[in-house]
Amino acid sequence: MGLPPYASTGQKIWHYTFLVICGLIFFFLIAPIVTIIPLSFNAENFFTFTPGMLAFDPDAYSLKHYRDFFTNPDWQQALANSVRIAPVATLLSVTLGTLAAVGLSQSHVPFRRLIMAILISPMIVPLIISAAGMYFFYSRIGLQGTYLGVVLAHAALGIPFVIITVTATLVGFDRSLTRASANLGAGPVRTFFRVQMPLILPGVISGGLFAFITSFDEVVVVLFVGSAAQKTLPWQMFIGLREQISPTILAVATILVVISIALLTVVELLRRRSERLRGLSPA
Amino acid sequence: MSRSSVTGPDAFTGTTPDTALRTADAEQKGAMLAADGTPLKRSLNRALRAQKLRALALIAPLLLFVVITFIAPIADMLFRSVENQIVVETLPRTVATLDEWDGDGLPDDATFQALSVDLSVAAELKTHTRLGSRLNYENTGLSSLFRKSGRGVDEIGEGYLDQFVAVNPAWEDPLVWAELMGDPAWLAQAREADGAGPRFELAAGIDEILPRTADAYTAFADIVQTVDNDNPADEEPWAIVYQMLYLDLMDAPQIDGPPLLAEAAAAVPGFATFPAREGFAEIDDGWTDPATWRTIKTFSGPYTSGYFLTAADLRLTPDGIQREPEETRIYATLFGRTMFMSLTIMGCCILLGYPIAFLLSNLPMRTSNILLILVLLPFWTSLLVRTSAWKVLLQEQGVINDILVWIGLVSDGNRLALINNQAGTIIAMTHILLPFMILPLYSVMKTIPPSYMRAAKSLGATDWTAFWRVYFPQSVPGIGAGCILVFILSIGYYITPELVGGTTGTFISNRIAYHISQSLNWGLAAALGTILLAFVLALYWIYDRIVGIDNVSLG
Repeated sequence: MGLPPYASTGQKIWHYTFLVICGLIFFFLIAPIVTIIPLSFNAENFFTFTPGMLAFDPDAYSLKHYRDFFTNPDWQQALANSVRIAPVATLLSVTLGTLAAVGLSQSHVPFRRLIMAILISPMIVPLIISAAGMYFFYSRIGLQGTYLGVVLAHAALGIPFVIITVTATLVGFDRSLTRASANLGAGPVRTFFRVQMPLILPGVISGGLFAFITSFDEVVVVLFVGSAAQKTLPWQMFIGLREQISPTILAVATILVVISIALLTVVELLRRRSERLRGLSPA
Repeated sequence: MSRSSVTGPDAFTGTTPDTALRTADAEQKGAMLAADGTPLKRSLNRALRAQKLRALALIAPLLLFVVITFIAPIADMLFRSVENQIVVETLPRTVATLDEWDGDGLPDDATFQALSVDLSVAAELKTHTRLGSRLNYENTGLSSLFRKSGRGVDEIGEGYLDQFVAVNPAWEDPLVWAELMGDPAWLAQAREADGAGPRFELAAGIDEILPRTADAYTAFADIVQTVDNDNPADEEPWAIVYQMLYLDLMDAPQIDGPPLLAEAAAAVPGFATFPAREGFAEIDDGWTDPATWRTIKTFSGPYTSGYFLTAADLRLTPDGIQREPEETRIYATLFGRTMFMSLTIMGCCILLGYPIAFLLSNLPMRTSNILLILVLLPFWTSLLVRTSAWKVLLQEQGVINDILVWIGLVSDGNRLALINNQAGTIIAMTHILLPFMILPLYSVMKTIPPSYMRAAKSLGATDWTAFWRVYFPQSVPGIGAGCILVFILSIGYYITPELVGGTTGTFISNRIAYHISQSLNWGLAAALGTILLAFVLALYWIYDRIVGIDNVSLG
């Protein structure tokens, strides 16, 4: 949005004021996340910049909070649990979700709207309500406080993301390809894996990433459905923030920020690839 | 889901069984045949049906999965918000006799006798404390009343026990009781068996001669077998069984039973009486308070609106629905606060999100894609990370207060309280939800052709008029979508208010969590959840009408 050469002084002032306002808002968006990164290298157990840090004194920085994260059994247990829960939940939601998305994209599906509403509902219902319901119901059937219970709950929460991304990819899918494949003698299974799957794979992967992030980042449901043995990383952070706030949380947060930057990059690359494959110009 | 869905049957352009069917229908005069000789219409119908079945078969596993892991829990929550089986399950006899009580004064002796049997059973099963906690929500003090009574109930009827034993010591013998009350075939097996033995069976006709004794003894035998895993033939009955025997014998002038029974029947008119009512009064005088009984009667139904009324600051009393006293009306305040804060957060998100979305949609693609990353990064960052960042920044000794003191805006002694109050929740949640406002706004604004603004200006509009009269109205759908999204997300938020909200910045969801994990009033938690859910679903319905859930994009 360039400024025309004939802009008046008032317009110029307004233009630059607007840019400054936008800059401040971007600062508001990013600053909190960026600030915690240097703070996590604090040599003291403080949550603010020490005079030494501001003077860039190397002694004021240390890796001790990272060391604590990697040696403290509480944090390691939490990390191990997160790593055990999220991939299994993701695998469940991606497998079932992709299958259903392929079914939903057929041209004749009875009760399409109703089915879609049911499948999307875990995303719509506030987490605290899902958590309450699952807590009540899973205690009835003996799944409360078990690994399986947490995995099932997280898989349910991840499904809407898989459905949305995969159906969106399938919208642009050229169905004459599957017909051509059938015409050349491939069965439906072979057609799916050799023709359809490679083309919708970017959508499947980004749906999977969303599902993974949902599970990896989820704390409300696991707080209720899980027991101490299923304590995940976000749960440990939640306890840390509520009870004894320790700077190790900042180290964990920094690690998670790095992971999310990596995931964001992957999703962005996948989106571009998918658009290229579908012959759409990057929008 | 929008009606413009591309995959719908009517939007499909190629030949499908459906369209071919229509064509065939339109053209068909004589019978058109498919390659295998069947009428084309039937053949196509079959293909269509097969296609539908195939689609459903692909969807079915996931649908089943979601129904079991997600829909069933929600349904369970809805059910729990009205469910009230506990009273009638724990005190079945009492509830039955209370049916005839008109609510004036104390109930009759039969009710107290029924209560003594119910409570003996409940005390053995340890369900009386749960019932006490349940009724305590409605009438404070009932929890301790039930706990005390559960301990004291085995003394009721002891007076009769002693008198029966005085008449004939055989009454102390468990086997005598088992012979009197039990079916002979059962007794023969029970005497052979180890442990609990076969399930107790009442002797034929005994429940007609001694109805109350039979009922109490059956309850006793059942508990002995299921809870203690003992044989009723080896256990001395509870004292209340003697009380029931006394009452039955007093009511039945003519007893044709074993000599032991006839002997007792002859003796009972001379017994000293120990009414159950007095026994209970001795345990706790709460039982002589009609209010206790009225509470039990009011909440004796298997379903109750009590939880919903509590959630609306009302109270179901024996005299009808009444408002809570002023100082305990917390839910209206809490719902009001949740609304107010969600609206404030939504307003902040519009104020901050609109300029950003405007800037992004008017910049060249390359620049805007880079700036978009600044919006997407917080969106992708863990919620806990962002909340911890705010918790650290907003502290009294945190970075923001340090900077303010350093600039000199705030003196060191008057550091701002930015956390553990409403300000903390609003700041942190605005930051967390801002991407949800920017992304829909951006996607709408991208579609507004820049030439409209230029046209308006060339027709003489000032910058402001062009924006306000031409650009802004076209961006309203984006504002609507973003607002509803932010509002829906924020009214159900739990983590952030819990961590930075203190006591004044918490939402209704924090109260729900409190009732689930601390006060253990699950029914009330379910009722609050149901109200919140109804509200969110109504908002989603509006969202669906405005934008369509299919159009939710994920960044």
